[in-house]
Amino acid sequence: MFKKKAGVATDNQVVLVMTAPAVILMIVFVAIPLVMGVQISLTDWNGYSQNSNYIGLANYTKLFSDPMFMRAFRNTVIYGFGSTLFQTILGVLYALLLQRAFVLRGLTRTIVYLPAMIAQLLVGYVWYFMVQYNRGALNDLVMLLGGTKLDWLGEGNRAVLIIMIINTLNFCGKAMIIYIAGLNSIPDMYYEAASVDGANGWQQFWNITMPQLIPAITTSTLLNLIGGLKMFGLVISTTGGGPGYSTHSLSSLINTLYFSYQDAGYASAVGVVTFVFIMAVSIVIRWYLAKKEAAAQ
Amino acid sequence: MRKRKLHKAIIKSLLALLIIAIHVSPFYVLIMMSLKTRRDFSSRWLPPAAATFDNYTLALKGGDLMQSILNTAIIVLIATTFIIVIGAMSGYPLARYGTKFSKTLSLLLLGVMMVPPLSVLVPLYRELVLINGLNTFWGIIILSITYGLPTSVFMYTNFIHTIPVALDEAALLDGCSKYAIFFRIIMPSLKPVTASVAILTGINIWNDYSFQLYVLQKPKLRTITLMLRSFFAEGNTNLNAAAAASCIAILPLIVIYLFLSKYFVQGVVDSAVK
Repeated sequence: MFKKKAGVATDNQVVLVMTAPAVILMIVFVAIPLVMGVQISLTDWNGYSQNSNYIGLANYTKLFSDPMFMRAFRNTVIYGFGSTLFQTILGVLYALLLQRAFVLRGLTRTIVYLPAMIAQLLVGYVWYFMVQYNRGALNDLVMLLGGTKLDWLGEGNRAVLIIMIINTLNFCGKAMIIYIAGLNSIPDMYYEAASVDGANGWQQFWNITMPQLIPAITTSTLLNLIGGLKMFGLVISTTGGGPGYSTHSLSSLINTLYFSYQDAGYASAVGVVTFVFIMAVSIVIRWYLAKKEAAAQ
Repeated sequence: MRKRKLHKAIIKSLLALLIIAIHVSPFYVLIMMSLKTRRDFSSRWLPPAAATFDNYTLALKGGDLMQSILNTAIIVLIATTFIIVIGAMSGYPLARYGTKFSKTLSLLLLGVMMVPPLSVLVPLYRELVLINGLNTFWGIIILSITYGLPTSVFMYTNFIHTIPVALDEAALLDGCSKYAIFFRIIMPSLKPVTASVAILTGINIWNDYSFQLYVLQKPKLRTITLMLRSFFAEGNTNLNAAAAASCIAILPLIVIYLFLSKYFVQGVVDSAVK
């Protein structure tokens, strides 16, 4: 495209010069910490002392027999994949309802979307007033209906589900926006042609809408999945990882191991595993969805 | 036929009302709580008999909350400016020159978007101690820039792809250097995507908790999220003031949204990784 002339910068030179600030930042604050993280994970460093001992892979072998890690890993999978599944369902349903104009469309879109702007930590505090045991708003409703008060976050498994539901409800607005954009890009004539052929609404949904939405599904799935697997602030503000350690995500577990247990070496090992896990999941999902996308075209 | 249409509209509206009720209720409860006194033991669903703003004055008392909002605003403004400038600069060659280096770099930047902050925070913390960046604004700003950049580069690269290459070629024939093309041709046309980048990355930094928790450990440097954490900390029994503080923290986002909603929505769509 561009011919080389004497004294004119080559393509590679331009790339190198103009991306230099970004590249330097990535090396210093992403690449180096990742390498340091692996190094620290091979030691018994406590996070503040000058001394630490090399202990090989001991931190990694410990992971698989550590119930705290296994639990946090399981929870992270639930937070990530569970939220993504429900955000996709809610997102598509909301988008179908709110794509075409009617009286409440603008208001409903805004109300669903606005909370997705708020910090995870703050969202947890907002919901705390709903799910508290004493005087919580949900328990008020339960008692009004004649039930007995429930300690919503008092039991580990239930608390994990509730955190996942809060995450879903609060952040499904982003998925909705992506699906509305996806629906808007489907040409009307597809539906007109299908009507002429006598396809009913349900058939049109499965044979036109869903295949055409696959690029939007790829996009929102990745966004939600990465968001859910990184879950941190919401766990901190709702349960702080408790009761016991039953609701920790991998991120909040790292935080606890570092600050409360002062086990920086082990926290780093969990960090390395978390990083590898999220990378692997994203790569596999992207590859899988790209294949689907290609098949749909 | 018309009757069926009316039926459909009614059902749609009822569904919309149900959705609104579900999504609004936690925020409604929050606002009601912020307007009630501590001794008001009525149901949280009920509005206060007489609304009081005492909780707001209490939350703002001492100036700590205002200080934290100011701190956050400073961090967001400076970091976002750098994210925009460096992002646009990097996006141009990545969109225009398909060299091996630029392709690899694009992929690596996408990878950085997936790094969970907590997985690198232990070593990052150690690194910041080594370079004296702990408890400084520049420390948190430089981390915010680094981890906000991939989104920005990605959005600019995508946007610059849509600017016709013919413009570049014409400028090149007129004797423009490749760098001058960026400043004269590309930069002036980046306004719409810049608004989306600014809002998206700015809000992410405004909402950040993990980096700020590790870097800013002195009370004076607290940001909004760290301040809210202390309002809700165990031992603090004044939940009504905490509710008021939460409302104050949410307010700026709502104001910005109401003025710039177009760019918010565009930002989500543009930033979506494909």
